[in-house]
Amino acid sequence: MKTSTKISLNLAVVAALGLFLLWAQGALDGYKIQILNLIAVNIILAMSLNLIYGFTGMFSLGHAGFMAIGAYVCSIMIMSPEQKEMLFILDAAYPWVQNAHAPFLVATIAGGLVAAAAAALIGLPLLRLGDDYLGIATLGFAEIIRVIANNIPRVTNGALGFKGIPDYANLWWNFGWCVVTFYVIVRLVKCNTGNVFKAIRDNEIAAKAMGVNVFGYKLLSFTIGAFFAGVGGALLASLLTTIDPKMFLFTLTFNVLMIVVTGGLGSITGSILAGIGITALLEWLRFVENPIYFGDFELPGIPGMRMVVFSLALICIILFRREGLMGMREFSWQGARNLFSGKRRAS
Amino acid sequence: MNPEIIFEAKGLTMRFGGLTAVSEFSAAIEKGSITGLIGPNGAGKTTCFNMITGFYRPTEGQVFLKGRDLTGKPPYTACKAGIARTFQNIRLFNNETVLENVMIGCHLRQKSNWFQAVLFMPGYIKEDRAMRERSLELLETVGLAHLANEQADSLPYGAQRRLEIARALATEPHFLLLDEPAAGMNPQESQELMQFVRDIRTDFDLTILVIEHDMKVVMGICEHIYVLDYGVTIAQGKPEEIQSNPKVIEAYLGEEYVSHA
Repeated sequence: MKTSTKISLNLAVVAALGLFLLWAQGALDGYKIQILNLIAVNIILAMSLNLIYGFTGMFSLGHAGFMAIGAYVCSIMIMSPEQKEMLFILDAAYPWVQNAHAPFLVATIAGGLVAAAAAALIGLPLLRLGDDYLGIATLGFAEIIRVIANNIPRVTNGALGFKGIPDYANLWWNFGWCVVTFYVIVRLVKCNTGNVFKAIRDNEIAAKAMGVNVFGYKLLSFTIGAFFAGVGGALLASLLTTIDPKMFLFTLTFNVLMIVVTGGLGSITGSILAGIGITALLEWLRFVENPIYFGDFELPGIPGMRMVVFSLALICIILFRREGLMGMREFSWQGARNLFSGKRRAS
Repeated sequence: MNPEIIFEAKGLTMRFGGLTAVSEFSAAIEKGSITGLIGPNGAGKTTCFNMITGFYRPTEGQVFLKGRDLTGKPPYTACKAGIARTFQNIRLFNNETVLENVMIGCHLRQKSNWFQAVLFMPGYIKEDRAMRERSLELLETVGLAHLANEQADSLPYGAQRRLEIARALATEPHFLLLDEPAAGMNPQESQELMQFVRDIRTDFDLTILVIEHDMKVVMGICEHIYVLDYGVTIAQGKPEEIQSNPKVIEAYLGEEYVSHA
């Protein structure tokens, strides 16, 4: 298939997405639009974690930490100085916190950049660790960020967090960033740098022998992933309009990890499918937390039940389809065409 | 004028705790030659390779390539300086296609970076195309071009070995280290391999150091041989000298065979 055909097909998909959003904005109620927004943010987060874990093979559990950094940086920058004066009741904010003010785009990028800088900083010592050790260390990092957020009230307003963050993050912003993230990560994974990432994942020793500066590339992947995690956190903050340190517990990382594993480690399109599916299911499954009636029999609703259902689902995925929905495969136009014309693997 | 020495090892010693895996390994290898490194199992041959390619930092001694000191430098520096290697147990990038495996080797000399790739800059597009072509040419050389889009771990054993060599060649080495390239091959395949090694030496202007247990192969292609036993270099010289060296026979067959040989 010609490159120009592929490009026009991709553009057509983006246009279709735009039309869908235009329709959704007018036709859907606030609750459904909120779910769509969450889908976009979750896809961004899943793709960024997939770059780190699925493509470069670094088992990182620090996503909540990067998101927290992005969320706080962005919130501080988009809230007006007057608003912050009202908000910081425990302790007055530092002047630089008080006076920081920027448009939403600048604030989200700043959130991503600070998260990326944090990733580079902790990556220097941590990325020398292997698999499980890296997981534990990054988990510790996320906890540290949360504890810090709790304990610098003059920047983060302590345990009270922020309320009334301007809700700039509408469908367009969220899906816009989603498309940007998708584009950058797909390009990155498809170019030779992406091949090098995958080489490190597959066989680190062989990658070293091929002249790959393994540590440098790990740091690069980790930093880029953290950038988009920070952006995702920033969007989430503006979407929910309220953040506090308790929001960035390990469960947040777990949700993202669940999407990545379900979609398939090393499959961007898998992350997208799972991002849509799991976010929608998480909402739909709320009914299990309400009382359910079977005729006269009443099953009492238990809060948190849907997470139990989800954890069970994750266990089943690990047991029966370890490679996730898509495995390492990607959806491609060529593949779709072959599927429709009934051909397997055209050469 | 003496032939040019491209690679030099001076008194390489590797100790793991109390165990001396290699002691005082010295070698001077002429440009364009094929040199063999042989010895019984556990003699320290692969340890030598690991020291030369930067995977181990030698306890003592130095490594020079073209007069440049590479002792204790990380593997990617050694590789950039022009040392490439293959592995005793094949280490391919299994989830990648055959072509991508070779392209990862090309990455070392790549000038454009990921940022240019994301932005579709012309410099990147041009280089990417050139890299693809070069990788395909290399696959052509090793006879795997028709399998370019297959996944690496789906290849048969012999092809995986050749792919490993193609991948090493993609880094544009001057000095190639082959760790048991003929392992698991039948006599016919070994014959082809010998010709193949000779061919790539001329075509790519290489100097080759090879570890091999198949004596037909070693005696057939090597111009100079080093023999290790328990980490000590017990002999070196031309193949015919090695064949009749009593120390070598003793190391391989045991003391009682020496008098009969």
